[in-house]
Amino acid sequence: MAKELTSKSYIDHHLTNLTCGKTESVGWTCDHNYYDEMGFMAFHVDSITISILLGVAFVALFKLIKLNPADQKPTRMQNFVEMCVEFVNENIKSIFGSTDNKLIGPLALTVLIWVFFMNLMDLIPVDFLPELTKQVSYASGIVDDPNDAYFKFVPTTDPNITLGMALGVFILTIFYSIKIKGLGGFIAELTLHPFGKFAIPFNFALEIMQLLAKPLSLGLRLFGNLYAGEMIFILIALLMFFQSAVFGVLGLGLHLLWALFHILVVSLQAFIFMVLTILYLSMAHETGDH
Amino acid sequence: MEQSVIYIGAGLMLGLGAIGSAVGLGVLGSKFMEGIARQPELRPFLLTNFFIVLALVEAIPIISMVFGLYLLFAV
Repeated sequence: MAKELTSKSYIDHHLTNLTCGKTESVGWTCDHNYYDEMGFMAFHVDSITISILLGVAFVALFKLIKLNPADQKPTRMQNFVEMCVEFVNENIKSIFGSTDNKLIGPLALTVLIWVFFMNLMDLIPVDFLPELTKQVSYASGIVDDPNDAYFKFVPTTDPNITLGMALGVFILTIFYSIKIKGLGGFIAELTLHPFGKFAIPFNFALEIMQLLAKPLSLGLRLFGNLYAGEMIFILIALLMFFQSAVFGVLGLGLHLLWALFHILVVSLQAFIFMVLTILYLSMAHETGDH
Repeated sequence: MEQSVIYIGAGLMLGLGAIGSAVGLGVLGSKFMEGIARQPELRPFLLTNFFIVLALVEAIPIISMVFGLYLLFAV
């Protein structure tokens, strides 16, 4: 099933994940042709491995750096790590105020750096790694047709990853609001809020909608920005279809411009994800009526 | 017929999303400038909040742009 190279197949190739799943006919397979049969039991193997690798890299980076004692000159890595920790600490203090919650610091630091690392993968030129996987998997015989080798390198362009993290934050907010306010307090907050006791169904609808909008917008915002960035990179790469030097140079210039702008988007989205995580957790801790 | 409807839909998505984010950022930018003009020493504080609200305003238009581009090119 050799697909001839059209712009649509090029885009589709770069946007499909390497999914391995259980199918009735073939059992566990990573062949994309059985994608429809996989149904629920399908895993985006590429997003999972890349995000785990980046998580390990983050933990290793922050654990293994050489810490000079206070009287000596700090090493460069130590400065970077201290800068990140202070930045996170300052944001927590400004948003959260004082708190005895010991989870919020490490959680915010992890969210910031992990999401930042995942977003950074988007700055690698769009065709470099997929082409590499095509040749490697074709040469090693995993795939009989090079176009069947899919590998999406930016985990945050996969909605499962971003919505999964947003779900984690959502569960934490529910846990902490029940722990701080008690189940009764939490239910009261959901039903009594804007208009007091008599308009409970209306209050409940309003509060539930707001409660669900937070994680959904948190996850989709990160996904939307990174997916749009990836899509733009792919569309710029499509300029090379014209096989003419003018479009090639134009494509290169556009790619450079968009990469520079994308550096801002990458760091800003990681920062926003952290700030909103802290904000939602601080709102869960708030006991005064707002 | 089905293909042309998709193009109309994608065009609407991209256009309306762009209007939303343009107006939102215009208002945000003007208020930001006003805040700095009134109190220049607050600039760093205003700048971080400007970026926070910028990302919040951009969220929905970017998502509609993503779906628009996907419809336009990959459907």
